[in-house]
Amino acid sequence: MSVKRRTLLMSLAGAFALTLGASGMAAAQERPYIPLISKGFQHQFWQAVKAGADKAAAEFNVEVTFEGPDNETQVDRQIDMLAAALAKKPAAIGFAALDSQAAIPLLRQARSAGIPVVAFDSGVESDIPVATASTDNIAAAALAADKMAELIGGSGKVALVVHDQTSRTGIDRRDGFVNRIREAHPDIQIVAVEYGGGDHLRSTEITKTLLQANPDLKGIFGANEGSAVGVVNGVREMKANVVIVGYDSGRAQTDAIRSGLMAGAITQNPVGIGYETVKAALAASRGETVEAKIDTGFYWYDAKNIDDPEISAVLYD
Amino acid sequence: MPNPSTETRTLISGAAQQKLLAFASLIALLIGFSLASPNFMQTTNMMSILQATSVNGVLAVAATLVIITGGIDLSVGTLMTFCAVMTGVVLTWGGVPLPLGVLAALGTGALVGLASGTFVAKMKIPPFIATLGVMLILKGLSLIVTGGRPIYFNDTPGFTEISQGSLVGKILPALPLPNGVLILFLVAGAASYILARTVLGRYCFALGSNEEAVRLSGVNVDRWKMAIYALAGAICGVAGLLIASRLNSAQPALGQGYELDAIAAVVIGGTSLAGGRGTILGTLIGALIISVLTNGLRILSVAPEWQTVITGAIIIVAVYADQLRRGGTR
Repeated sequence: MSVKRRTLLMSLAGAFALTLGASGMAAAQERPYIPLISKGFQHQFWQAVKAGADKAAAEFNVEVTFEGPDNETQVDRQIDMLAAALAKKPAAIGFAALDSQAAIPLLRQARSAGIPVVAFDSGVESDIPVATASTDNIAAAALAADKMAELIGGSGKVALVVHDQTSRTGIDRRDGFVNRIREAHPDIQIVAVEYGGGDHLRSTEITKTLLQANPDLKGIFGANEGSAVGVVNGVREMKANVVIVGYDSGRAQTDAIRSGLMAGAITQNPVGIGYETVKAALAASRGETVEAKIDTGFYWYDAKNIDDPEISAVLYD
Repeated sequence: MPNPSTETRTLISGAAQQKLLAFASLIALLIGFSLASPNFMQTTNMMSILQATSVNGVLAVAATLVIITGGIDLSVGTLMTFCAVMTGVVLTWGGVPLPLGVLAALGTGALVGLASGTFVAKMKIPPFIATLGVMLILKGLSLIVTGGRPIYFNDTPGFTEISQGSLVGKILPALPLPNGVLILFLVAGAASYILARTVLGRYCFALGSNEEAVRLSGVNVDRWKMAIYALAGAICGVAGLLIASRLNSAQPALGQGYELDAIAAVVIGGTSLAGGRGTILGTLIGALIISVLTNGLRILSVAPEWQTVITGAIIIVAVYADQLRRGGTR
């Protein structure tokens, strides 16, 4: 019994030592520390944001960490991460809110502690962030709608496969697309808006059913990388002939555009988002004034311009 | 105390009844959706439904084996992903021939399954906890190995054929059954055979009914249990191949949540979470019910939020019907 307990204690102590060692390594430097709390880290998009942040970190000699919850519904997990980051008394914080209301108490705490907050990717409905570095998703999705209308000849049925109905980007891209179609293209009918969680396989199955239910469907808009790739898979498997408009990049999507299966997609500038966030956060931590709204831009790309330097710089694999 | 032969007879007829019930629900759903929409009952859509069942079906078969022993395996989804990743590592990064990639998936699955089995059998960690731990470990490892980026199979021609090609369609052009579905049927057939005809299968049920009795009769319980977890792991490896082939990529962030769909299929199919009772055929029907329901509700343009509500309600109704039939409290 006692032997067993001792083994247990020893392994616990070992685990603690490991944790301390890991955090000790991160805290050993003297450079300004700027944690970025993202919405996720697994999607290629976030990896590209991180790459931009790392670039700025190297350029300005800042220590940057990048973390986010596993998926874009874990608001609670993200709040915990924000709280932990604040506790480390950083020079400034970058924050991509999953739910901007839920984070307000912590953001107030940051303000009273004099830690400037820079919002990135999606805005926070509050005046606490000194700056917001993001894509105008509503305008970007409206551009996708215009391109879709142009490609299907201004009339017919279209459908949307969106990642979710609760996150800011999910809502903005859906509404940006849907409203633009309603206002500017009255002959186009939106027959369905489905949500696949950004999961490639689920979005594939959704697309197949959409095509099955609407054999005369002319176009599908996939509102993020996983959704768009799922749409491509579903259309390919059904051997259907529809116009696909995507969002973001990633190898599967750029391949589909090169092969002509996907008509084109909207790309944001994820590297720019990461870079501008760190840059603004550092400036704010030094008491400099920063621009409140940093529009990091978006582009339409298709088989024609995919290799233009301006476009290929913001695409990721 | 009923005599053993009556006991056996009621058990068999009970299982048969549950299968019948599940099968009847499946037929009812098919008829209902066919009447509601002309787009539902078409060959392409039936093939889509079957293909949508393939990954979940294979995972559910793996989960069934473990659940019959009275255990649970929460790691099937992330193990699937990890196997897909390892296949990507050897095929795309290592450049080895396709059969070795297949072997990598099955081998990784079996090894991880063996590890889970060891945690459960030798270290006496409850299956729920052991496989929860393994689920998280694998999820992290998949991201670490890939650096969070998908691995594509563009350099392995023929890889997408594993799930999307159609051997059956080459022989019978009228029946373009995707290979993924064929593989699901083969896996299910093999698992059924193992359960019904082999020593491993018999111990699987015996462990779930009364592990202590099996132990007391001098059987090396631990070894059989580890073998079952390893087998279930290898089957997850098959699922890993299927999903990777379907998506032409190993997506490291996928997989969590898939275990719940698999367990739902098992339960709808009449396998008892208490162990000792269950069939692969029931699980297959359960997995089909889930896909038919998802597909049909979408074709009817039911709002996505309500699709989720209805699926949840069906699970409860299915299991409640099972309870009523047995009149038990288990």
